[in-house]
Amino acid sequence: MKKFSMKKLFSFLFNRKHSNMTISYGIVVLMYLIIEVLIKTNNLSYLLTSLLVPTCCYIIVALALNLVVGFSGDLSLGHAAFMGIGAFVGSAISNYVYSLVPNIALRVIVAILAGSIISGIFGYLISIPVLKLSGDYLAIVTLAFCQIVKSLLNNIYLGFDDSGIHFSFINQNFTLDGGKMLINGPVGSTGNTKFSNFTVAIIMVLFTLFIVFNLINSKYGRAIKASRDNKIAASSIGIDVIKAKTLCFVVSSILAGGAGALYALNYTTLSVAKFDFNLSIMILVYVVLGGLGNIPGTIVATTILVLLPELLRSLSDYRMIAYALVLIMIMLISNNETIKNSFNSLIGIFKRKDQNNA
Amino acid sequence: MPEKKLVLQANKLGIDFGGLTAVNNFNFKIYEGEICGLIGPNGAGKTTIFNLLTKVYEASRGEIVLNDKVLSKVSTFEVNKLGIARTFQNIRLFNQMSVEENVLTAMNNDTDYSLFDSFFRTKKFYDQENQKHEKAMELLRIFNLDKDADSLASSLPYGGQRRLEIARALATNPSLLLLDEPAAGMNESETLELMNTIKKVRDTFNIAILLIEHDMKFVMGICERITVLNYGQILAVGTPEEIKNNPKVIEAYLGGA
Ligand SMILES: Nc1ncnc2c1ncn2[C@@H]1O[C@H](COP(=O)(O)OP(=O)(O)OP(=O)(O)O)[C@@H](O)[C@H]1O
Ligand SMILES: [Mg+2]
Repeated sequence: MKKFSMKKLFSFLFNRKHSNMTISYGIVVLMYLIIEVLIKTNNLSYLLTSLLVPTCCYIIVALALNLVVGFSGDLSLGHAAFMGIGAFVGSAISNYVYSLVPNIALRVIVAILAGSIISGIFGYLISIPVLKLSGDYLAIVTLAFCQIVKSLLNNIYLGFDDSGIHFSFINQNFTLDGGKMLINGPVGSTGNTKFSNFTVAIIMVLFTLFIVFNLINSKYGRAIKASRDNKIAASSIGIDVIKAKTLCFVVSSILAGGAGALYALNYTTLSVAKFDFNLSIMILVYVVLGGLGNIPGTIVATTILVLLPELLRSLSDYRMIAYALVLIMIMLISNNETIKNSFNSLIGIFKRKDQNNA
Repeated sequence: MPEKKLVLQANKLGIDFGGLTAVNNFNFKIYEGEICGLIGPNGAGKTTIFNLLTKVYEASRGEIVLNDKVLSKVSTFEVNKLGIARTFQNIRLFNQMSVEENVLTAMNNDTDYSLFDSFFRTKKFYDQENQKHEKAMELLRIFNLDKDADSLASSLPYGGQRRLEIARALATNPSLLLLDEPAAGMNESETLELMNTIKKVRDTFNIAILLIEHDMKFVMGICERITVLNYGQILAVGTPEEIKNNPKVIEAYLGGA
């Protein structure tokens, strides 16, 4: 067996294939540790604490969207809808099984799984017409999808009691006999038991990274990227472009649905209005500023942009100006060759050191 | 000598774009191990024939028989699975992927690990990835691209991009390779090297190669049989010698050259 050496480990972690992975997992674990310390030492404001789980959810959705926009090269404005579907399925399920499954961990898992799966099914259904389109058309259809889902969710009245499940699409035309309302039209889902656990959220982020990296660094990922770079060439070497893009879209919608469920569990009440197309645009902003196809960038950009408005609260009226300035700065920095190159040469140093010692 | 296997046969192939008949009555046969040329003036319909054979366009008339099977309505990616690979007149690489990844992607249909294997990084996944990596590097070595395996495809010089496109097409294990102006934009020494590489490819893989090319030295030096196209119609078929001395071809295409 080869002897273990620190240098070998370094070159393994930071070589061309692995450096993105190492940096991404590293950032998440580091953020987790820092925040845990801040919490333990009572140095984190109540407001920021309450933002921890939502931030993780946004990171997951942004990573999911980057799969579609960055790797598959398709513009989707519908990811708020997948998050919304996941959120409402998740909270309804967790409410419904509340008495059946007393174990909270199990209930959370069931809720997240259900949210992911139902969102994935919708992702698959919408991908059939959508992926036949490209460019602006794709954006328009996914945008419409987002609005349709919002309107539908706005009109769902769902409850259950001893006599079973009651459902209406017009108004609450049923009375519950001691049961519970799961989704109450525009009011949304109410009476949830709040589950807010930063550790679980971080595990979900790590799991998402695991899925994203293992998908991208495989023959499936190569098919997806090839279909993005050149559809005609991809089909000329036997790649079913639609199939590759569908896979990417479905995985993305599953992840976004899971994030939605986790998000919903963080609140006792949740209105549909949250999941409108503004949210889709916001997530797209995270992705674009983080960099198309850039995973660590997406994590950092999302974190900064979610927390920023809160951190800038002291600036009161100037808050939005500062926010805009930060957006512009990120755009400039992430497109600056000098900064990019110096970052790359930093990683290059590790590589070269190792080669010299080889 | 054993009979050579017929790889592809086109019978009375034709296509119209609106009122324009781009290709008409195209009859063609190519056998295993053969290198054939397709030449003709600009707009003669050469690239259109490649697009017909690979089902980028559906023919208006005629039929294509590939390895004894009539190609019915199939998609382009399925044509590749059946054995035709090609390059493009305007280079089409996966620009944001590495040189090696370009070739690896072409081996996807030959890689049978599942989504499960790639999510959970099973032994099967690593075995196949390593095996494909070896195979890709072998191919890149033939085209003298192995040193650039990790660079972005778009960062290769023009000649390198042309060679990578051929390597990528070969990685799909075709029985027929279509090359659309492989020597375009190459200098004399590069062209000479490419000629040798293509011959070597034919000898190693024993495949049929049909190529479009305007460089007459190249075509005459490498092809065993040449088909001349003019206004979508076959003008002449023959050996390089016959074509060179055919008065109709000289008038329509070779001209004073
Ligand atoms: N999709 C299309 N729609 C309409 N006309 C087309 C289409 N594709 C090709 N044509 C026409 O068919 C004719 C043949 O074109 P083709 O590209 O096959 O020529 P070529 O022989 O490859 O020429 P070159 O040597 O310039 O590459 C041209 O007149 C072209 O304008
Ligand atoms: Mg052409």
